[in-house]
Amino acid sequence: MKYIDEYRNKDIVQYFAQQIKKISTKPIRLMEVCGGHTMSIQKFGLPYLLPDTVELVSGPGCPVCVTSREYIDRAVAYSRLEDVIITTYGDLIRVPGSSSTLEREKGKGADIRIVYSILDAMLIAKKNKDKKVVFLGIGFETTAPSSAAGILKASTASLNNFFVYSAHKVMPPAMETLIDEGIQIDGYVGPGHVSTITGQGIYENIPKKYNMGVVISGFEPVDLMQSIHMLVQQFENNDPKVEIQYTRVVKPEGNIVAQQMLDEVFEYRDDWWRGLGILKNSGLKIKQKYEKYDAEKMIAVEVEETIEPKGCICGLILRGEKKPKDCGLFGKVCTPSDPVGACMVSSEGSCHAYYLYNR
Amino acid sequence: MCLSIPARVESIEEGIATCSVGKSSYRTSLDLISNEDVKVGDYVLIHTGFAIQKIDTGEANKILATFEEFKELNEEMDKEEAIHNKRLI
Ligand code: SF4
Repeated sequence: MKYIDEYRNKDIVQYFAQQIKKISTKPIRLMEVCGGHTMSIQKFGLPYLLPDTVELVSGPGCPVCVTSREYIDRAVAYSRLEDVIITTYGDLIRVPGSSSTLEREKGKGADIRIVYSILDAMLIAKKNKDKKVVFLGIGFETTAPSSAAGILKASTASLNNFFVYSAHKVMPPAMETLIDEGIQIDGYVGPGHVSTITGQGIYENIPKKYNMGVVISGFEPVDLMQSIHMLVQQFENNDPKVEIQYTRVVKPEGNIVAQQMLDEVFEYRDDWWRGLGILKNSGLKIKQKYEKYDAEKMIAVEVEETIEPKGCICGLILRGEKKPKDCGLFGKVCTPSDPVGACMVSSEGSCHAYYLYNR
Repeated sequence: MCLSIPARVESIEEGIATCSVGKSSYRTSLDLISNEDVKVGDYVLIHTGFAIQKIDTGEANKILATFEEFKELNEEMDKEEAIHNKRLI
C-alpha cells in the first residue's frame, strides 16, 4: 500500500531529524505511552537520529506489562477448574504469575486456547455448551470496545456459558498520575489507537493542568518523527496543546459507536497498575446489567497469595524512571524465551523491545 | 496485541468484512464502525478482529504531498541562507 511505504521514507525521516535539530534549544524529555510506539522507536533506531536535547522514555503503554500478578493468578486458578475453558490473546500466556503461568497449566492439561478475537472465544463457547468459556479481557481503550461488542452479542444470542474476566484499563488516569508523582517529562507522544476510539478530548486536561503538550501519533517512523517535531515546537514556543499528527486515522471526536458500546457495558473502577499502584477510575468493570457475563461475579474460585518477582524493576521502567539496561537481570537471567517480568514477555514491553533492537 | 493493521476490504457480508493485508486475509467485524459507509476497496484499521476505524486515504495522501512541499521549500531556504550567510527564520 502506497502510504505505508511512504511513511517509512528515509528522506522524510531525515528531514524531520534536521528540523528537530534546528529548532530544539532546551532539553526536552518526551514519554510514549503505547507499546506499539515503543516497538517502532526501538526498531527504527529513532533515538539515534535525535539531537542530544531530545530524550525519549517509555511509559506504561503495554497492557500485558501493567496487568497485575493477581490477575494472572486468578486466571490460572480458573484454568484449574474442571469445567472451564480459558480463551486468551497469545501475549498473556507466558506472563509469570506468583507460582505458575497459563502456558505451564496448559502443559499440565488445562484447556487454554489462544484466540485472535473475542469472537473466536464466543465460537468456542457455542461449540462447548457443557463448559464455561472464560475470555481474558485485557487491553486499553483500543481493545475494550471489542470486549463490549462481544458481551452485547452474547447477550442477544443468549450465550449463557460465556464469561469475560475484565482487566481493561483506561489511559488518562495513568498519564496524569505519572506527572502528579513528579516523573520528569515535558510532553506525551499520545497513543494512536487508544485515541482512535476516544478522540482527543480525554487529554485536554494535560496542557491545561500541567502545562504540557500531547501529540497523538501514528506508528511509522515518519509519524513519530513528525510528532516529536510538533512536541518540540510546542515546547520551544511555550504553547502546550493537544494535537493530532495521525489524522488519517484519528478523528477529534474518536469513534462514537465504540464509545457508546463501552459506556453501555462497562463502568469505571479503581484499578491496580504495575509500577503505579491503584489509580482512581482507571479500570473497566462490567456493569451489573451484564453481570451474567462477568467471570469475577459468576465463577467462584480460590486464588493463591500474590508474590512479586525478586530483582525485577519492571515497575520503575513503566514509570520511565529506569531503562531496561539498568536491570541486573536484563538479558542474563531474563530473556524473551525465559522472562522474569511481564515487560520482557510482551512483544510491546520495553524490556522485550530493547532486547530485540537495542542490546 | 495492541497492534492494529491497515487492511483493504475485499468483500462484505452481514456486517463481516473479509480484509486483506498483503497475501493474508482476515474476517473482520464491522460492528464498531457500523455508522460508516464501508465499501469494497476501502482501507480499515483492524484490531483484535474488529475494524476500529476507516482510514482516510485522502488525508494520508494530502499529508504526504505536504511533506514533499516542505522539503522543497526547506532546501530552497537552506540554499538562500548559504548564499546570504544569515538565518531566514
Ligand atoms: S529485564 Fe526482566 S526482570 Fe528486568 S525489569 Fe525487565 S522484565 Fe523485569
